[in-house]
Amino acid sequence: MTTSPRFSRRDFTKFSLAASAAMLAGVKGAAAAPKGEPIRIGVLHSLSGTMAISETTLKDVILMLVELQNRKGGVLGRPLEAVVVDPASNWPLFAEKARQLLAVDKVASVFGCWTSVSRKSVLPVFEELNGILFYPVQYEGQECSRNVFYTGAAPNQQAIPAVDYLLSADGGGAKRFALIGTDYVYPRTTNQILQNYLKSKGIADADIMVNYTPFGQSDWQTIVSQLKAFGSAGKKTAVVSTINGDANVPFYKELGAQGITATDIPVMAFSVGEEELAGMDTKPLVGQLAAWNYFESIDSPANKSFIKEWHTYTKNPKRTTNDPMEASYIGFNLWVQAVEKVGSTDHDKVIDAMVGLKQANLTGGTAKVLPNHHITKPVYIGEIQDDGQFNVVWQTPKEVPGMAWSPYVAETKNLIGDWTKPINCGNYDTVKKACLGAKHG
Amino acid sequence: MNASLSFRGASVTAVIVVLLTGVLAVGSLLPASSPVQVSPFIMTLAGKYLAYAMLALAVDLVWGFAGILTLGHAAFFALGGYAMGMYLVREIGARGVYGNADLPDFMVFLSWKSLPWYWWGSDHFPVALALMLVVPAALAGLFGWLAFRSRVSGVYLSIITQALTYALMLAFFQNGFGFGGNNGLTDFKDILGFDLHSSYTRAGMLFISGLILAGALLAGRYVVGGRFGSLLIAVRDAESRTRFLGYRPEQMKLLVWVFSAIIAAIGGALYVIQVGIINPGEFAPANSIEAVIWVAVGGRGTLSGAVIGAILVNLGKTLFTAWLPEMWLYGLGALFMATTLFLPQGLMGLMRHIPKKRPSEVTPEVTSPEGEEA
Amino acid sequence: MADVAMSGPAALSGRKLWNGARGIFAAVLLSLLFIQPDSARADEDAFAGLATTQFNTIASSVDQIAQQGGPRALPVLRALADKKLFAASEGDALFIRKGDSWEDARSGVPATPDETTLRPVRVNNRVRLAVAAAEAELELVSGTPAERQASATVFYQRHDPAMLPAIDKALSKTDDATLKDTLLNARAAALLSPGAPASDAQAQQQAVAKLRAAGGLDARGILAQASTEETLDPATRKAAEEAVSSIDFELRLWGFGQDAFYGMSLGSVLLLAAMGLAITFGVMGVINMAHGELMMIGAYTTWLTQKAVLSVAPALGSFSLVLAIPAAFLVCGALGIVIERGLIRFLYGRPLETLLATWGLSLILQQVIRSLFGPTNVAVTTPPWLSGSFHLGGIEVTIDRLAIMIFAVVVMAGLTLVLRRTPLGLQMRAVTQNRRMAALMGIRTARVDALTFGLGSGIAGLAGVAVSQIDNVSPNLGQSYIIDSFLVVVFGGVGNLWGTLAAAATLGIGGKALEPLVGAVSGKILLLVLVILYIQRHPRGMFPLRGRGVES
Repeated sequence: MTTSPRFSRRDFTKFSLAASAAMLAGVKGAAAAPKGEPIRIGVLHSLSGTMAISETTLKDVILMLVELQNRKGGVLGRPLEAVVVDPASNWPLFAEKARQLLAVDKVASVFGCWTSVSRKSVLPVFEELNGILFYPVQYEGQECSRNVFYTGAAPNQQAIPAVDYLLSADGGGAKRFALIGTDYVYPRTTNQILQNYLKSKGIADADIMVNYTPFGQSDWQTIVSQLKAFGSAGKKTAVVSTINGDANVPFYKELGAQGITATDIPVMAFSVGEEELAGMDTKPLVGQLAAWNYFESIDSPANKSFIKEWHTYTKNPKRTTNDPMEASYIGFNLWVQAVEKVGSTDHDKVIDAMVGLKQANLTGGTAKVLPNHHITKPVYIGEIQDDGQFNVVWQTPKEVPGMAWSPYVAETKNLIGDWTKPINCGNYDTVKKACLGAKHG
Repeated sequence: MNASLSFRGASVTAVIVVLLTGVLAVGSLLPASSPVQVSPFIMTLAGKYLAYAMLALAVDLVWGFAGILTLGHAAFFALGGYAMGMYLVREIGARGVYGNADLPDFMVFLSWKSLPWYWWGSDHFPVALALMLVVPAALAGLFGWLAFRSRVSGVYLSIITQALTYALMLAFFQNGFGFGGNNGLTDFKDILGFDLHSSYTRAGMLFISGLILAGALLAGRYVVGGRFGSLLIAVRDAESRTRFLGYRPEQMKLLVWVFSAIIAAIGGALYVIQVGIINPGEFAPANSIEAVIWVAVGGRGTLSGAVIGAILVNLGKTLFTAWLPEMWLYGLGALFMATTLFLPQGLMGLMRHIPKKRPSEVTPEVTSPEGEEA
Repeated sequence: MADVAMSGPAALSGRKLWNGARGIFAAVLLSLLFIQPDSARADEDAFAGLATTQFNTIASSVDQIAQQGGPRALPVLRALADKKLFAASEGDALFIRKGDSWEDARSGVPATPDETTLRPVRVNNRVRLAVAAAEAELELVSGTPAERQASATVFYQRHDPAMLPAIDKALSKTDDATLKDTLLNARAAALLSPGAPASDAQAQQQAVAKLRAAGGLDARGILAQASTEETLDPATRKAAEEAVSSIDFELRLWGFGQDAFYGMSLGSVLLLAAMGLAITFGVMGVINMAHGELMMIGAYTTWLTQKAVLSVAPALGSFSLVLAIPAAFLVCGALGIVIERGLIRFLYGRPLETLLATWGLSLILQQVIRSLFGPTNVAVTTPPWLSGSFHLGGIEVTIDRLAIMIFAVVVMAGLTLVLRRTPLGLQMRAVTQNRRMAALMGIRTARVDALTFGLGSGIAGLAGVAVSQIDNVSPNLGQSYIIDSFLVVVFGGVGNLWGTLAAAATLGIGGKALEPLVGAVSGKILLLVLVILYIQRHPRGMFPLRGRGVES
């Protein structure tokens, strides 16, 4: 599967420019055309630098959603206008651009960030200026800010169910685990949580291997051979991969080259989705696993129509969809609902109106906003197919509520986040009955 | 070219910097309703530009006057930033996420039980200041002493400065290294008891940054302006001959190198206070290369040019990433190419008389990859 | 001992299908004559499990089918593995897709089911494992010699005691020494596995000795498991433990060889990446920061060539890589000449400023590729003849890496030849050594400059072809190689091709030697520090250029 070279971003830019020009000129759409001063929303995703590879798509999704919303009559009868900036994969620049969006462009909400550090970088700005950020990517948890809505998965909505599957008979009944990740906070925290969880499931320390590599690791020969040796202890071995971004392609290529197949040592990945597979030859990877809250291959009417809209919008019938795109979709629609509900874009009113809202997700379930600003999500395990898609082999019976603080980390096991009265605190200690430190995470 | 003429503008620039920051600082304290009120957005931008200007100034001191093309100066900038960041993180105290008064959040997060030894004393501002000056200076001193003594020069020197900052970047990226890994240090609350988010602190910080930058300009002018400066330029243009005359080029280079590292480190500290985050990305070799480009755009060997180049290029970046989010790299790339092709002496070159001889017309005598210009 | 150890799901699909006619004939005979109606019924029941949606039912159904055997077993299992087996949404009817037509899975008779009611039978890793084992079981008796050997290997790796009778049966029927050896290993492994029939201590220890002799990771795994197996004789467990440590010792020794291979492989990638720079930077003195982007364009050329070949002559798709080599060289070489004429030539004499200009150029090239092909990775497929690995004693040699090593050596040799034996090489060296003199001798120095830069850029393109096989192909590709490339050239000694080779090998092998000891990140940091210290001691790299014009 490859993205066709016929489609270029230039076309797409032209297209979106034309679309917004048409919108501004007041050309009537099918529904009642929105009128009045446009409501601005910010799009804070890297369009250049190392993260452009993942984040550009999310910018496109938000632009598409804005266009669809305007066709449906906008929000509060007013048109939406997306303000796109490029923070260029540079974390301090994220903070600068966030401040620009909030203070200069006065946006009603911001959709953005991918890496945790970019979120950490903009967090003080959002709290200072009381902005609203929708963060659409799975992350390590241990954070709960009043100004952020986390529509991606918390660890209990991805990592724990994934390991449960590997431990189960269907998943191969693994007894030995290699936790391989890129050396940054998300893998570190996820692996810390998983180690404690695995120990609680009776896995010995000697049967857990942890390995960290730098960003952009491209030579996996040694590590893959270490994996092979680790897997030769006579126990069924599985790999849990929190390898980030670009490093995945060479990792899977090396797995293929050294002849490790999913039936020998299955690899469960948390950061490999349809978009990453589009850049790989997936034949040697058939059967390797990924845990997400959405797969493009899931057969539901909502998903079908979303994919259709996406293909029409990008003019590319091969363009894939993925989990963070669904999270962006959910976040966007939740925000629209909240604004319509309170009849205003006032930040405080919208934030308070969010909790408890429900939005149909793309796979047939419902995303509900929880008091800790996380949402409920179904968890799916998919196996890679030779066509670059995932085949769902397992799913949770119902949606799992996201937990901001992990019960498997000693320091946070008593913490909860609750942004409703009377607690109104992001890190509330349920034993001490007190809000710790500053009121966020 | 008469080198001593080239930075006559330094004192003028220093005065302008102080005046401008003063105006901005006062403007930011006006009520929001006032039409000339300077927004916090502009203030944080200005603070960032000034910090970058310090870095550019540091690069210009070694590149413009000692002929050392450094591709690793961001290392000193980031080290200074980390020293200040450590203090700011400790200032958060019990107001962190976990309410732990002794450990920064990221250590609690990694289940550390006590502070590593190299964090001792970092909660005292004077210690932070000392760290900010001593650590980069010591690293620069050691590195420079080894390099200049062995007469590593030109491209060899450039590449190992790059390797140095790259190695530091990898080290700081590691969570086990004790500086917060990729997330770095962030979420600062106040400095010496002043709320970092209040407009008064911002105004004060900007004005202090302006003063420090002006001071650095004047200090730089003093160092390279006198007899020492002439000798440095002699070293830059004909190191062997200077040595044969009985001077010790390696000592002169070392002195200006360490001085420059300290200026970069102070810039880094100012940067962290005003930008609010320091993470290993600041060590990226690309950042060091960009700093060299600011100097080239402004005009190498002019001090003022470095300041102007840093501010203009970053202003351009701010504007273009907002106006043309998908195209701005074309603009930035073209700017760098155009500057080197058409403005070999940078913007400062425009202000001077037409240069007597365009270097581009010089055909290379011997194509050796060594760094110094003829 | 050299055996090709690549199997897995891909291998299942490539096999010859059974002759359908035989199956149809048998099925028709069965249904007409009602011979052995009980077994036919049992057969049907075994297949019925496939029509469920539960993976465990499907997997046990696969096991059952294999045990019962019969002419339909293999075709159905293969269809299942190839995702060609479909079940009706109601009832337990099963059909196999044959191109545009269908056949009934149980009988092999052509059928015309209502396609809208069909769904593919679900497969996951558990089912795949069961199918592989079932196929092995079926093919061990009836397959071709190669299939039987592969089956025996599967038996060995699975070491399921339930397979002991099948192994013994196969042993009695074969004279082939290799097959027999594998089967004996499989037998020993099964005897030591949980659930094995009770055996005496002597037989168990013989099995341990057999596996110890076999060696390798598979044997180690089985023995490690046996050493903790409570049902085995204590002496056996002890022997297994000793065997594990002696295999570990052997593996550690081989490990040095393995690390050397990894190191040379990493070194050859570094060499390819640095060789172009050794020309543009080492010979011409141009600090070309866009070198990485030229590699990136070489990789994209590979991708485009692959697409073009696949659309024009799909049959030749797996050889598009061969075509990509000249294509990438020419594209990047031509681009290099354009860059030299359009940009670099104005900057001679100002080597440090070439750095700034080419840095700007690299930003533009990245953005051009991003605008044209999108910011995401593109998929360059690895042709089958470059996939997989083989064993050289205890060293696993991955074929793609080996190919890159050979490629690096060939490019290096070619470059040396060009420099030493061609008029262009002579002129290049002349211009490098004394430009003015060369010009006076009638050499068109401008033309030589352009061609030299083109040559260096072309080699960067070749590096891009190699890298596309092991790394991401995205607009960011170049950024990840540029620092290492410069380090290699400088470490080796600017202007010296052999220095570049030595530096690439040192950094590659050094890196891979350090990695198992201190980890990937610390290893890299340590290596950088060592290089910095080395250059501090030897300011002109490993192989300093001597002679006039060296002193700056």
